[in-house]
Amino acid sequence: MMIKKLALAGALSLIAGTATADCAFENETEVRILSAAFEAWNAVTEAMAECGNVSAELDQEFRTKQPSAFAANPSLYHVGGVSNGTITPLMNEGTIRPLDDLVAEYGQHLSSNQLIRINGEILAVAMMVNTQHLMYRADILEDLGIPVPTTWEEVLAAAEVIREAGVVDYPLGATMRAGWNIAQDFNNMFLGFGGTFVNEDSTPNVNTEAGVRALEMMMRMTEYMDPEYLVSDSTYVQQQFQQGRIAMANLWASRAAAMNIEEESQVVGLVATAAAPTAMPGGSPATTLWWDGIVIAANISNEEAENAFRVAMEGLDEEMVRANNDDAIWLVPGYQPSPLAEGAIATATAEPAPLSYPSTSQMGLMHTALGNELPAYFTGDVTAEDALAAAEAAYITAAQEAGLLD
Amino acid sequence: MHFRTFAGFVGPSVFLMLLFIAAPLVGVFLGSFQITQPVVEQVEVETCTPGFLTQTCTTELVTRPILDENGNITTTTEWVGLTSYIRVLEPGRAWDAVRDLDYNALMQIDFWAALRFTLMFTLVTLPLVIGFGLAIALAVNNVARSIKGPVIFVSLLPFIITPVVGALSIRWLFIGDGILTSALEMWLDRDLALFAQAWTIELMMLFYRVWHVAPFAFVIFYAGLQTVNRDTLESAIIDGASRWDRLRYVIIPHLMPLIVFVALIHLMDSYRVFEEIVGFSSQAHVISLQWLTYDFLQPDDAGNRAYSRASASAMLTMVGIVILLIPLLRRTWRDHKGAPH
Repeated sequence: MMIKKLALAGALSLIAGTATADCAFENETEVRILSAAFEAWNAVTEAMAECGNVSAELDQEFRTKQPSAFAANPSLYHVGGVSNGTITPLMNEGTIRPLDDLVAEYGQHLSSNQLIRINGEILAVAMMVNTQHLMYRADILEDLGIPVPTTWEEVLAAAEVIREAGVVDYPLGATMRAGWNIAQDFNNMFLGFGGTFVNEDSTPNVNTEAGVRALEMMMRMTEYMDPEYLVSDSTYVQQQFQQGRIAMANLWASRAAAMNIEEESQVVGLVATAAAPTAMPGGSPATTLWWDGIVIAANISNEEAENAFRVAMEGLDEEMVRANNDDAIWLVPGYQPSPLAEGAIATATAEPAPLSYPSTSQMGLMHTALGNELPAYFTGDVTAEDALAAAEAAYITAAQEAGLLD
Repeated sequence: MHFRTFAGFVGPSVFLMLLFIAAPLVGVFLGSFQITQPVVEQVEVETCTPGFLTQTCTTELVTRPILDENGNITTTTEWVGLTSYIRVLEPGRAWDAVRDLDYNALMQIDFWAALRFTLMFTLVTLPLVIGFGLAIALAVNNVARSIKGPVIFVSLLPFIITPVVGALSIRWLFIGDGILTSALEMWLDRDLALFAQAWTIELMMLFYRVWHVAPFAFVIFYAGLQTVNRDTLESAIIDGASRWDRLRYVIIPHLMPLIVFVALIHLMDSYRVFEEIVGFSSQAHVISLQWLTYDFLQPDDAGNRAYSRASASAMLTMVGIVILLIPLLRRTWRDHKGAPH
């Protein structure tokens, strides 16, 4: 987790735009934005910068910086790029403003699907969906006569065939770096087996049959993976794909476009996507749905907010999507799904559909607890039940400290 | 010196030390006995999130903090005694593990696993750093004058590199199919995965730290070597002392205060081992005490930070360093008092 942050501190980029091309109005007030640093945000902030006086900070540290930066008065940023995972602290602390008025005035073109409503109030405008889904080497599967797997059992069977054929170093890749990533992979599998993380009274509920089955399935996957999987994050898996070292992985949709970058990838045109595999028959795809979008700070004047919102809308317009169609699964009108988007769309429209990642305080604590305690199971130090029990214990301590449990 | 003059000179630095060292320490000390919590309420909230085509709305009970009229989160702060220390140390579980002689169970508790690694790391690197530092110093002291400058410069390079950058470089050399892993694989003719188990990671960390800190010891010892009494050395040679005897009976006793100094600094530094854990992202296999404190302070996606446990963990780290330094400090104190002036 930390290494990614350190590495991407270098990716932190500042774009100060002065040009006013392609923008409906000339922006005179400064607009500052803080968001994550992946390709889609690059596209959006560059489109915003066309209005002038925009300074964008794209930083993978944003989830740590955002809550305190928005709590300052006046807020250090006007616009924030968030996802359903990272909006929670901003909502809890009341540092983002309802956007109903602004949407009514300047957001006529937004589709209702884009408006994130909490208790009827619009708090964010979504621009894209993201999900972890199956990416696979279409050429390898075809050569070996393997149909595209739809369940994890089929994935493992396919992995066995690929291993025997010996066409890649490792049949599978997975984002199982200790910490946030491995916890997220567990979340996907756990939900796929029909688990629920916490009970209504905030007590933990992961040391269950679904939890054990999820861990056991993940353990079976590791047999086909690079043994260094506990340090493997999204970028690492992306590179494994690009270098032709793996054949299948449940990877983020936002990483799909990178497979076809000719400068980096040796597998251009060979990677295809499909719905995330299900964990059990008749279940939902074993994954979670995410959205990324913008919020406007509460601690700024109404005029600044209005201005910032107008600029943000310029960044989320049809023109931007047309120019950057393949960078994300856009929700903005004008998006033409590319072949690589098939998997994400199949995942999101599956029946039953996977859940959105829950943006709750409990989930934040549970995610951290799982990320810290589950690796011990994979290093072989404890049993699945013990690892889950340890995660529950860690969750209870943290929840007591955060005042969620007595 | 008049007391006034003395106070005039020392006052500013005492004031700054109180402000920047003592005050934060007291703050952390007090913080480790307190827990600050937001006052939360459970409310039913309808959340609408986008699918690809249509939205899905879910209604669920959500726990959220109550905001006061200024829009700040209402919090309560309670004195909780040793609760945070108990949560960090988990004495009950630890004692059960010790009683059952179950090493593995003890290592499942973060604090004890971190303490195990931190102590091992500190005590293994200490002699290596002093040994290598001394060896480099002696070697440099004996090379021809003409190449001394460049040799000193090259020996100092590892020390100049920022620790995190150094750790990352080592990681990139060895991770996956890194250059050195590939080279080793070719040489040994077998598949290697150095980041797949704890002991190889620990070995790389030890290697990295010795590589990084030995130049510091070298500089200090090299300076010390310039002050070794030539007459004593020469008379030792006349008395038939071998190279080894001269090192053992003349040079090392002369350098002893410096060795103690380097040991003190190194113990303090390496007990706070942190960059290696971050640089090698080794938390699945190996964690250190300093990393544990950092991890408590890291907010999760919902913005929660465990300040109280972080304070407790920081205090425990400090106590650990003090305990580790006691033998050396006693020695220095004895020398100081006993030194004939």
